[in-house]
Amino acid sequence: MANAALDPHAAIATTASGVGQGVLTTADGRPLARALARSQGRARRKAFLLVLPLLAFILITFVVPIGQMLQRSFYNDGFSVHMPQVSAWFAATERGTPPDDAAWAALAADLTASAEARTIGVVGTRINYDMSGTRSLFTSTGRQVRSGIEPPYDQALLDINPAWGDPMLWSTMREAASPYTANFYLASVDRTRDEQGQIQQVEERQRVYLMLFWRTFWLSAVITALTFVLGFPIAHLLATLPMRKSNLLMILVLLPFWTSLLVRTTSWMVLLQQQGVINDLLVWLGVIGGGERLQMIYNQTGTIIAMTHILLPFMILPLYSVMRTINPSYVRAARSLGATSWTAFRRIYFPQTLPGLGAGAMLVFILAVGYYITPALVGGSSGQLISNMIAQHMTGTLNWSMAAALAALLLGAVLILYWLYDRLVGVDNLKLG
Amino acid sequence: MRRILALTTALGLVTGPALADVNLLSWGGAYGNSHLEAYAKPFTAETGIAVNMSDADNPATPIKAQVEAGNVSMDVASVEYADAVRLCDEGLLEPIDPSILLPAEDGTPAEEDFIDGAITECFVGTDVYSMVLAFNASQFSEAKPATPADFFDTQAFPGKRTMRKGAKFNLELALMADGVPAEEVYELLATPEGVDRAFAKLDTIKNDVIWWEAGAQPPQLLADREVSMAYAFNGRIFNAAQADGQPFEIIWDGQIYEMEGWVVPKGAPNMEEAMQFVAWTTGPAPQARAAEFISYGPPRRSAAAMVGNIEGTDQPMGPHLPTSEANMTNALASDLEFWVDRDAELNERFNSWLAS
Repeated sequence: MANAALDPHAAIATTASGVGQGVLTTADGRPLARALARSQGRARRKAFLLVLPLLAFILITFVVPIGQMLQRSFYNDGFSVHMPQVSAWFAATERGTPPDDAAWAALAADLTASAEARTIGVVGTRINYDMSGTRSLFTSTGRQVRSGIEPPYDQALLDINPAWGDPMLWSTMREAASPYTANFYLASVDRTRDEQGQIQQVEERQRVYLMLFWRTFWLSAVITALTFVLGFPIAHLLATLPMRKSNLLMILVLLPFWTSLLVRTTSWMVLLQQQGVINDLLVWLGVIGGGERLQMIYNQTGTIIAMTHILLPFMILPLYSVMRTINPSYVRAARSLGATSWTAFRRIYFPQTLPGLGAGAMLVFILAVGYYITPALVGGSSGQLISNMIAQHMTGTLNWSMAAALAALLLGAVLILYWLYDRLVGVDNLKLG
Repeated sequence: MRRILALTTALGLVTGPALADVNLLSWGGAYGNSHLEAYAKPFTAETGIAVNMSDADNPATPIKAQVEAGNVSMDVASVEYADAVRLCDEGLLEPIDPSILLPAEDGTPAEEDFIDGAITECFVGTDVYSMVLAFNASQFSEAKPATPADFFDTQAFPGKRTMRKGAKFNLELALMADGVPAEEVYELLATPEGVDRAFAKLDTIKNDVIWWEAGAQPPQLLADREVSMAYAFNGRIFNAAQADGQPFEIIWDGQIYEMEGWVVPKGAPNMEEAMQFVAWTTGPAPQARAAEFISYGPPRRSAAAMVGNIEGTDQPMGPHLPTSEANMTNALASDLEFWVDRDAELNERFNSWLAS
């Protein structure tokens, strides 16, 4: 590694000397620049080999799975692969073309083949994502056509279920005939397509995602602000107290950090619920009557309290490590030059903590945006976040494409915020320690 | 259901070695134990075919993974009904010939002895669990709630309620509480008016509900007296009442039941023994025996009367089972076709309703 450490200096020397003095050569006559480049290259390859395992690990465990997952948000071949003939008919005709005999025949043939291959469930599920209530249309029709279907196919299919004549169904199938689709993203922002393929808002009572995105970012911002307000004085204390006391305080900060997330969330339930410790105490003190116990959990308040507590160390630790490096003599100098303590804090001390504050705020905010288990347990109905919907689509409805689209939007939004942060504050100013 | 919070991953399984004659994949825990004691051990004693048991978070996940990879190591698996329907539609299961199933002891053919829906193309039910209303008896000294309508009557039966966060079960309960008989619930829910009516009924108690997400929450909320009534899985309530001595009582009126059962993955290595295992263990006697270990009822009518005492006690298990005759009046079989179709739409509406 000594080579690698020396090389940058050598390179600078070469470029500097190479300007006016002709070509420098090594002892055996090769041009110096090339010899250096070669030995540098070798060192770089060695260095690369060292990081290769890590790179492969990240690629295999992180980039590939997440990439595959995100791919599902715009690529779903559940229909197009298993219904090739009718997909071809859609490809060959204009949007709005009413189904002709060829289309019905293709549909009947595909349904029969798919039912026999037992992939009809996959097809029905795909259509059901865009048009609720159609999965059983496919599976039940599949069961019937397996025993044979006679032309005329339009009549035969309509006899099995008149829903086959629904223009909305044909429009939805046309959308699904191409494996690439934007529909999951549209659904993620409460939009849908009508029969003509025009984008429109979903019915008001079905709208939920935009509101949840908004709430997620708003609550995350509130939680970040709260962790700052609570964490800043603690970090300051930690950084300025004598070692022995600050170590004790540090353990108090870290102990909950090491405790299981579920345990911490559950202890908040014990504290905050209506028959819980805090309400009992307030009733006992006579602050509130027995009949007016406060609802502090299973709502937004519960989510904010529990998440602020859980994320607090992520704010305190970067702040603390930055504050410890701040030289106290700056503030003393400011005071001796006549600044009030508030001015000294505002103009001298606080600006120096900004790198830690930036890092802490980023950490807390980004963690809060993706938080799942705490809002699920203490959030009730008003404390749900978008991640709860992603989890529901992952494990409940098994609509992974929808989960991927929501997750991609969330990721995109966080990246935009990161970019904004970089523009306004500068990512170089982040300091974790 | 038993592990709402257990985030299943595709890797969440341990497969047993293929030494034994039947490789059985179950869930572990108290439920897996009932499979071991009531099915696996007696089956081996009876037939000499060894049963090799292993556990998974949810056996449906490894079935999908193994069949798709063409490397099937299990012969029989216990899965939820909804998963069985889905896996069967996707062609990942072997069809099970209903004629291999044993008749009841009085000779009633199996297909008549099993309750509706317990035998499908790829699935034979082994047990029935249900969503029931339950209350903490210590909170109602005078009149006790007895019907779904009482659950929605916070005047007569004060206190908060807890319900599962999601559309499923709650919409059905709301309609039953609104006076719709069990057999008409899904017919009505399939219409927009029915859905509106269910949400309107839910509106009446919206401000009194704590929504639970993990199965362990409702007994906890009841025990803490945070709520006076809960809508929860019967096994959870039974365990809290039985093992922890909580004064919980179950209202069976309006219960919604679902099933778990055996499936045979496509390409199972020991198909013949697997079918033999399915047929033998779904006989009335083993099913009755399994119900003594856990409060999930046998899906065979003739097995219900044969269930003895709760294992390790001298109290009969019968009254605690969803399938007991007395508990089945006004019971509703969960309609999985309906929910597979409408899950996304109704949950979006439910979440939108919750947030408004």
